[in-house]
Amino acid sequence: MGTKATIAVLSGKGGTGKTLVSVNLAAVAANATYIDCDTEEPNGHIFIKPTIVGEYVVTEPKPVVNQDLCDGCRTCVDACAFNALALIGKNLLIFDEICHSCGLCTYICPKGALREEQRPLGIVKRGRKNGMTFLSGEMNVGESSAVPIIKALMREQSTDLVIIDSPPGSGCLVTETVGNADFCLLVAEPTIFGAHNLAMAHDLVTLMGKPSAVLLNKTQEGENPSEIYAKEHGLKIIGSLPYDEHLALLSSDGHLAVEEDEHYHTYFKELLEAITKEARHASDSDPQR
Amino acid sequence: MIIAVPAEEKSLDSAICVSFGRAPVYCLYDTEKETSTFLDNKAAEAPGGAGIQAAQFLADQKIDSLITFRLGENASNVLSAANISMLKAPNLSIADTIANFLEGKLSSLNEVHPGFHHGH
Amino acid sequence: MHQILILSGKGGTGKTTVASAFIKLSEAKAYADCDTDAPNLHLVMGSYEQDQKRDYRGLPKAVIDPDLCINCNKCYEVCRFDAIKPGNPYRIIPIACEGCNYCTHVCPVEAIHSEEAKVGDLKLLKRNNEVFSTATLLMGSGNTGKLVSEVKNQLKEVSSEHEVAILDGSPGIGCPVIASLSGVDLALMVAEPSLSGLSDLKRVIASARQLQVPVAVIVNKYDTNERKSAEIEVYCYKEGIPFLGKIPYDKMATAAINRGKTLVEIESLGAGAIRTIYENTLQLMKERIHI
Repeated sequence: MGTKATIAVLSGKGGTGKTLVSVNLAAVAANATYIDCDTEEPNGHIFIKPTIVGEYVVTEPKPVVNQDLCDGCRTCVDACAFNALALIGKNLLIFDEICHSCGLCTYICPKGALREEQRPLGIVKRGRKNGMTFLSGEMNVGESSAVPIIKALMREQSTDLVIIDSPPGSGCLVTETVGNADFCLLVAEPTIFGAHNLAMAHDLVTLMGKPSAVLLNKTQEGENPSEIYAKEHGLKIIGSLPYDEHLALLSSDGHLAVEEDEHYHTYFKELLEAITKEARHASDSDPQR
Repeated sequence: MIIAVPAEEKSLDSAICVSFGRAPVYCLYDTEKETSTFLDNKAAEAPGGAGIQAAQFLADQKIDSLITFRLGENASNVLSAANISMLKAPNLSIADTIANFLEGKLSSLNEVHPGFHHGH
Repeated sequence: MHQILILSGKGGTGKTTVASAFIKLSEAKAYADCDTDAPNLHLVMGSYEQDQKRDYRGLPKAVIDPDLCINCNKCYEVCRFDAIKPGNPYRIIPIACEGCNYCTHVCPVEAIHSEEAKVGDLKLLKRNNEVFSTATLLMGSGNTGKLVSEVKNQLKEVSSEHEVAILDGSPGIGCPVIASLSGVDLALMVAEPSLSGLSDLKRVIASARQLQVPVAVIVNKYDTNERKSAEIEVYCYKEGIPFLGKIPYDKMATAAINRGKTLVEIESLGAGAIRTIYENTLQLMKERIHI
């Protein structure tokens, strides 16, 4: 694997601190790429405040009908698995936001009355902040799937170290994101909710064959169900970040803790070293690589 | 003319279903023959685009009017293209709703909500 | 059946903590966990006598018959979702398959067909006269609006007209949230006092308003950033949105939750605040929504 490492930070649940951890890890590295894959609610920019150096529109092919060629046979309407087409009289109605851009209707039309045109789906923004490359994707409101945006973001990566701020949950956006990672950092809260969601995230990364480790976040005194889960399942605990009012306040105001507080600068620097070391160790011992 | 009402069950005493696209059945009433038929709504099973599929289905049945509580904009576009009028449902049974319709008491459906998107 | 839905926009603000407290305070007989991606409500609701499960089938996926496949590669050429794995025979990658059927149509030997795979379980838990509707998804399956609708429908089947049902919602603004909002009498937003929290709150309020669902807001862990908390109150005031109260950061809440208890089963600052908010919610429902 050499010196390259793509680390996906995920949690299976929102609000555990994925973004806080991702932005601070990226900021403390010499020159990393930070990618915000939470296309529904992208928040990384709030902390990093990058200078945007470029943006482009991500498009998807959508069918367009030539009514002169269409004879109302309804083959396309019946074939579309997503109900994105309707035929009223002789008019073919096409519903772009429901369409999955699979291309079947265009292929199957016996009269060649359908063709595909590129339609805007969302934006990819590229920015810089000090030594960091910032990439963020945003889906247009009303669109159905951000997967093409995530694919576009992944094609952009350039530096050796890439930190991906994953979307929450365990759906197709997460699997698309995780598919591109070498290593997954699972962020977990010290509650039974946190442990339950850690289990789900762990199942997902295991299903996808990705090595992972846990960061216990917002830790307090008392039993930590997430810590117990990790120990019971042989999941390496790579660090523990105690709940700290000061950190919470800094982050809620959109500040990068590593820039405002020496203690956190050191903490995240050490955490990053531990993670990259673990990532390399995992890839070196993986016979598939 | 033929009017359609989304229903919870296959009975004229049934309540009107709050959902259009995922109603279990539609009641189709023929004002000339004074007969009613209940048809299963296959669109209810669709993972996505249920409103569109339901509207296509009713347009194929050649209905003239739809009486409903709510309607999504995609379904509404399909119905408009088919010149099907859309009326606001009262909080009554199917039978009483039809009676109100025949007495001209129902008004146009003005609010159409944005699509619910689809399962992914 | 009247419904109160607990939402947040941003994840991790305390929806389940608030929803479970409301269920206990209202002695609700019907409640549901609509966050099928990461269902948590059951962890604080105790145990149930009956547990009905049924299969939930999701989007149909393609299946290649290995005996018929001739390795012609046509399916791989047309699939836009990277869902085909070339080999001997070719295989579908279920996680990636969108169920579009393009491959089914191009296969020259009709080796591909569509199957509705089971993607999870719909559950109905019962005790005394309480009903708890929820669902679990098999790993890798996405949450969908349709599944949330089914979770809500299960409640309808068993509860009566006069009851109030409490729904624990999901984060974000996507299809599952939109589906959960359908037919709801009040969407109570649990906000986090942060920049990202306020931004996400605004987006989810916009979604609720588009569907003409009445909205109210509370702030959780307000003392982690009192200035931001005040900003949220001001925002609500300007928008004419009822602000029903705020809950302080409560260390004892974690301990209670970890023992499987709802917040109102302990005495603490947080518990007291939630009780007040609950009273305010009832008041609002009576005045504005006539329940």
